[in-house]
Amino acid sequence: MRRLLISIPYLWLLILFLVPFGIVLKIALSDVALSIPPYTPQLDLSDGWTGFRAFWAELDLENFWFLTEDDLYWKAYLSSLKIALIATFLTLLVGFPIAYGMANAPNHWRPTLMLLIILPFWTSFLIRVYAWIGILSNEGFLNQFLIWTGILAEPAKILNTDIAVYIGIVYTYLPFMVLPIYATLEKLDGTLLEAAEDLGCTRIQAFWSVTAPLSKPGIIAGCFLVFIPALGEFVIPSLLGGSDTLMIGKVLWEEFFSNRDWPVASAVAVILLLILVVPIILFQRNEQKQREAEQ
Amino acid sequence: MRTTTFTIALGLAATTAIADEVRVYNWSDYIDEELLEKFEAETGIELIYDVFDSNEVLETKMLAGSSGYDVVVPSGTFLQRQITAGAFQELDRSKLPNAENLWDVIEERTAQYDPGNAYSINYMWGTTGIGVNVGKVQEILGDDAPIGSLALVFEPENMEKLAACGVHMLDAPSEIIPAALNYIGEDPDSQDPDVIAKVEPLLMAVRPYVTKFHSSEYINALANGDICVAVGWSGDILQARDRAAEADNGVEIAYNAPAEGALMWFDQMAIPADAPNPDAAHQFLNFILDAENMAAASNYVYYANGNAASQEFLVEDVIGDTAIYPDEATLENLYTTTPYAPKVQRTVTRLWTKIKSGT
Repeated sequence: MRRLLISIPYLWLLILFLVPFGIVLKIALSDVALSIPPYTPQLDLSDGWTGFRAFWAELDLENFWFLTEDDLYWKAYLSSLKIALIATFLTLLVGFPIAYGMANAPNHWRPTLMLLIILPFWTSFLIRVYAWIGILSNEGFLNQFLIWTGILAEPAKILNTDIAVYIGIVYTYLPFMVLPIYATLEKLDGTLLEAAEDLGCTRIQAFWSVTAPLSKPGIIAGCFLVFIPALGEFVIPSLLGGSDTLMIGKVLWEEFFSNRDWPVASAVAVILLLILVVPIILFQRNEQKQREAEQ
Repeated sequence: MRTTTFTIALGLAATTAIADEVRVYNWSDYIDEELLEKFEAETGIELIYDVFDSNEVLETKMLAGSSGYDVVVPSGTFLQRQITAGAFQELDRSKLPNAENLWDVIEERTAQYDPGNAYSINYMWGTTGIGVNVGKVQEILGDDAPIGSLALVFEPENMEKLAACGVHMLDAPSEIIPAALNYIGEDPDSQDPDVIAKVEPLLMAVRPYVTKFHSSEYINALANGDICVAVGWSGDILQARDRAAEADNGVEIAYNAPAEGALMWFDQMAIPADAPNPDAAHQFLNFILDAENMAAASNYVYYANGNAASQEFLVEDVIGDTAIYPDEATLENLYTTTPYAPKVQRTVTRLWTKIKSGT
């Protein structure tokens, strides 16, 4: 029984991660062809062992070498990393005060505030990102408002720039930052803050020496939940970003759709995954440590 | 992730498709929706209608196989490559009595992509040209602004001034690169990577001033006055013109096929080799081939069609507009292109990425 329970998450990992990854890796080792599907070799099981050997013989690492020949790819990886890091930091900057406010709100208010954070999920993600086009465009609400208040004389170009991408990512992933931070802040023992003040801390000092360290697990969890999807983000940069917003998700799209080169596209995806595995392992370690500390 | 689940859902739907439904995958903003209802009423076949805005998206679905669609609408060069890959089935002309309405002038030209027109019928055709917000462009560049010339979008000094107002270009290298080649006096249909590379300095010089490379947003952006210039497809820009006129927002849009010559393209309806309901698909094609139905579609979307019999039902706004049905002189000025070989395609896409991203 116990073994069965343990096997469920592993089965989950196998079906939803390892099998798709195996398929992508296999395509990454294939060659492009004008056929359905557009790559060779195909594994022909009817030929038995010889079929498998022929299949194996044709696989090679050529597509991975190709990625090193053109500086487009590492520039796109780096640019995605930069955008994801900055966006995560901005989300933290916006999300932490929200979570802090929620955790310090009167008890009877909290369910309502929680509902307000989750409410945007009731609308499709795509529609919400599209709505930002209307807000940020040259003739959009934001520019009209800024001109009306007299802050701007001419409409500012916000849509189709990196700024719009940051706004989009911060907006979309904000709940993923707020919820874990709120969860840790809510558990925070208020007497610790009183003790800090008794010992002569100002409120700001108490915040930095008590609240901030104790909310670290929530902050780390929130940052990972934002950083990981933001790194491979495709929808937000393609709808809100400009043509010079270089992100690996867009490069992957080009390889897959414009070049019809599934093998190179798959190689790009495999490398992206490897880049993500590093922070995921760090995240895992952190969780583990935390659990051990709690016990 | 989203697309994967979507594809899986489609795949499942495809296997359970019943005989009296037909799934059509067409370009966005490309039909009078009343026609879809009319088809359902006339035939009793349930019509499921999805849209796309780039040949690349369609081609990837076709090459992945099991798309679940019964009718798709690739453009000529893409059609040719997909036929080679075995993506389509030959049409059964006995099920298409209305095919006699087709226009030989267009069939001759589409035969270069689909020999003998065995796999496809022409839906619409048009040119790739320039849409301008006349008032704003003249305000910026003066009354003699070159609105009918590629110089408007390929000369940095014009683009620099237009940038603040907004310029969109199709995100379609197979349309913009031939136009650029044509502008510098090279063969627009060149397959030689060294010749294609010659457009790089031209396009790199104007790219900082392009607001966005996109293939469908420009209809609304032009109509709303968000942008001043769009390099786009004829009918889309004419639709923008009409939307602006309807909104009565003071925006006046004009379309011009560039004086230097324009790309002529053909969108062809074809039936995938693994279509779940080829019979219903033929019924849909035959319905579209009907002269009055085809005329209704053209009257609505402002594109010319390949249907000779439909011309008597076209409104004067369409048949009489040389931006839609070019006169002899303009027709001679139009060129067509052929598909890129895989190696050349990679050069083209890489160049395109460089132009779009600067890297």
